[in-house]
Amino acid sequence: MNAPAAGLPVPQARRILSIWLPAMAMDRWRQGASERRELDDKPLVLIADTAHGPRIEAANRAGAAAGARAGMMLADARTLCPEIMTAPSDPAGDLSFLEKLAVWAQRWGPWSAMDAPDGLLVDVTAVPHLFGGEERLVADVVEAFAGRELAVRCAIAPTAGAAWALSHYAVSGTIVDPPSEGEDLERALQNLPVAALRLDQDVVTVLRRLGLKKLGELTTIGRDAIQRRFRNRKSPAANPLVRLDQLLGRVPEPLLPVVPQQMPLVQRRLMEPIRHRQLLDQVVEDLAEDMARELEGRGEGARRLELGLWRVDGEVTVRRLELAAATREAAHIVRLFATKLDDIDAGFGIEMLRLRASWAEPLALEQDDIEAAAENHGIALSALVDRLTVRLGEGAVSRPVPFASHIPERAQRWQPPLEPEPASQGQLAFHKRPLKLLERSEKIAVLYATPDGYPQRFRWRGEVHEVSRVEGPERIAPEWWRERGTTRLRDYYRIEDQRGRRYWIYRLGIVGDGRGGAPEWYLQGLCA
Amino acid sequence: MTQTDLSSLPTTAFEDVATLSARRSARWRPGLAALQGKALHSEVFTSSREAAGAGAALALALDDWRSVPRGEGQEAEDRRSVLWVQTREAARLGGRPYRAGLPADLQARVIHVLAEKAEDALFALEEGLRCRELAFVIGEIAGNPKTLDFTASRRLTLTAQKHGVPLFLLRVDAARDLSSARMRWEVTSTPSAAPEWNAQAPGDPSWEAELFRARTHAPGGWVLGEKDGCLTARKAREETDKAVANWTAGLQHSRMPRRA
Repeated sequence: MNAPAAGLPVPQARRILSIWLPAMAMDRWRQGASERRELDDKPLVLIADTAHGPRIEAANRAGAAAGARAGMMLADARTLCPEIMTAPSDPAGDLSFLEKLAVWAQRWGPWSAMDAPDGLLVDVTAVPHLFGGEERLVADVVEAFAGRELAVRCAIAPTAGAAWALSHYAVSGTIVDPPSEGEDLERALQNLPVAALRLDQDVVTVLRRLGLKKLGELTTIGRDAIQRRFRNRKSPAANPLVRLDQLLGRVPEPLLPVVPQQMPLVQRRLMEPIRHRQLLDQVVEDLAEDMARELEGRGEGARRLELGLWRVDGEVTVRRLELAAATREAAHIVRLFATKLDDIDAGFGIEMLRLRASWAEPLALEQDDIEAAAENHGIALSALVDRLTVRLGEGAVSRPVPFASHIPERAQRWQPPLEPEPASQGQLAFHKRPLKLLERSEKIAVLYATPDGYPQRFRWRGEVHEVSRVEGPERIAPEWWRERGTTRLRDYYRIEDQRGRRYWIYRLGIVGDGRGGAPEWYLQGLCA
Repeated sequence: MTQTDLSSLPTTAFEDVATLSARRSARWRPGLAALQGKALHSEVFTSSREAAGAGAALALALDDWRSVPRGEGQEAEDRRSVLWVQTREAARLGGRPYRAGLPADLQARVIHVLAEKAEDALFALEEGLRCRELAFVIGEIAGNPKTLDFTASRRLTLTAQKHGVPLFLLRVDAARDLSSARMRWEVTSTPSAAPEWNAQAPGDPSWEAELFRARTHAPGGWVLGEKDGCLTARKAREETDKAVANWTAGLQHSRMPRRA
């Protein structure tokens, strides 16, 4: 924490609420079905499959009493308690459950962060008076989690690290007052074990072998001694000093808040399944209008839309649409979907349609055209790009942008048309470039070359050209930082033939460069 | 071949002046768009062995674009894009536009569309003509596809007229088929003028352009070039000039009986 600048009001100390759900996986499994509650007094473990056989991820109270521990192999637990029951664990489900809990926990503070795998951090700075003080707040947390049948331990402290340490290793509901000076916090934490620093297991083992078992003991042997021992400064979990500083608020620790995001979604359930295109178009139109209203209310425009069609026989068809610019124009959306719905097989009928904007961007509200001028003045560029992309496919519409390279075909890239142009260095206009570049350089057969080195007569696509005027060579060396060492250099010539046709040709390599045989000639560009 | 020179027929002095003014107005010249408005639908016939067609079409389009004065409620600076539609065949034959070689005004504006078939290219052209945020549309279609018939070109003309977006359709290696294009050019390269500092080098591009069919102009041939960012045209041949004189004189003579 930086010292507050003079003149500014002293910011209120942070208050972080750490919530730990020690048995979250088990509690969640238990709530999955009503008959699972009857197994409470029988030993039961959740297992995950590993390369060495099933391993225990969590155990219930009876299981723990029988000797099963998280991290133990199931075979070992079976020797202790043969009648142990198993169920598969679900780490992905646990994580999404925790994410939902994090959003739910925002009832106690403006923002919350996940502390995977089984904890939450809530910022309750300046909030407790709404609950009648921090003690009442903690009581409320305990009560709310008890209502959801989740075991919980929580603590409030000025830093996230301290709150985490207290919730895991102190009595539940511990509250550490904001430090008048740093010593308060240090004294409150000095009896916690070193594992409370959120360290990797091997670091904890090293500290234990050194005889440092409590946080208070870490300061007894001197900071530089620990610094010499633990030199990894990149991972805080491997460096006790960094963790200690975070714990005491000496260095900041950024947290990633969970921000709930809702996708605009509209749907229609149909009383009578539809089997005809005309009706389908009507429903899609209604959906698009609903979606436009939904988006307008949020001040957003859709960039990606997904239309799901649920058929009576259980088939689901999804059509997705990407838009070049954010839009909430119902007519435009309907028009773009119309071409995508041509090959829909309705089967026995479609009974539900759902339109979802899985990617939306802010789009300011603006006034409509008063005179409905769109019909007369044509369509907007973004609408044009959408229509072309839908009909011609991804990548058909693009814009050439410069790229930092000397090789002509690499100096131009294609990107989606409405994206901002990447920053690039201005090109020196010493050399003229052709108006058009062939997709691939075409080999030309030189029939007669002048002693100067450029061709006097060559054949390209079956026709002989007599060169009348030449400018060159412009030598372009291979880009050694991108290409193999055997790539040959190019000598470019701008030429004009007897009938005034202008080309851009190059010779690949020079005689005796040791990178292949006799150099060959290529035609790469057509000049205007 | 004996040619009856209609312009040498005796006419009254009044008729002479009328013929002269008609002759002057009937000739195409660079910068004409300032008086008559943009040429909305042009076709440029060219060979796939050279980029003369594309270069001349861009020059003509830019000439129109620069000569038309900015209208009342329009932005002072035109920041609209340019749509360049190519069929895959045309791109294979003549290459794709290369940003560094484009006219400086257009480098950041080109939006390129690659269409698999001629139908798709026609769709893209028509949609492009409907777009109010495009300065002009360039199409490149190779050969004489069946879908590009008179009806299709009529559709393009009407769309271009309705929305006022000019279309320049490059017909690569195509025969002169039926079309409703307002101006039809045939463009080939011609030896360029020697640059001042290096006479051995190719100079600024110049093209021999033949306007072989036009709705409001007499046909004719010019050598087009670009100088200081402006389109220049000098007469290609004297006989075309004479043909023009005949054409306008014929126009006057055919009117005379009606007036009498």
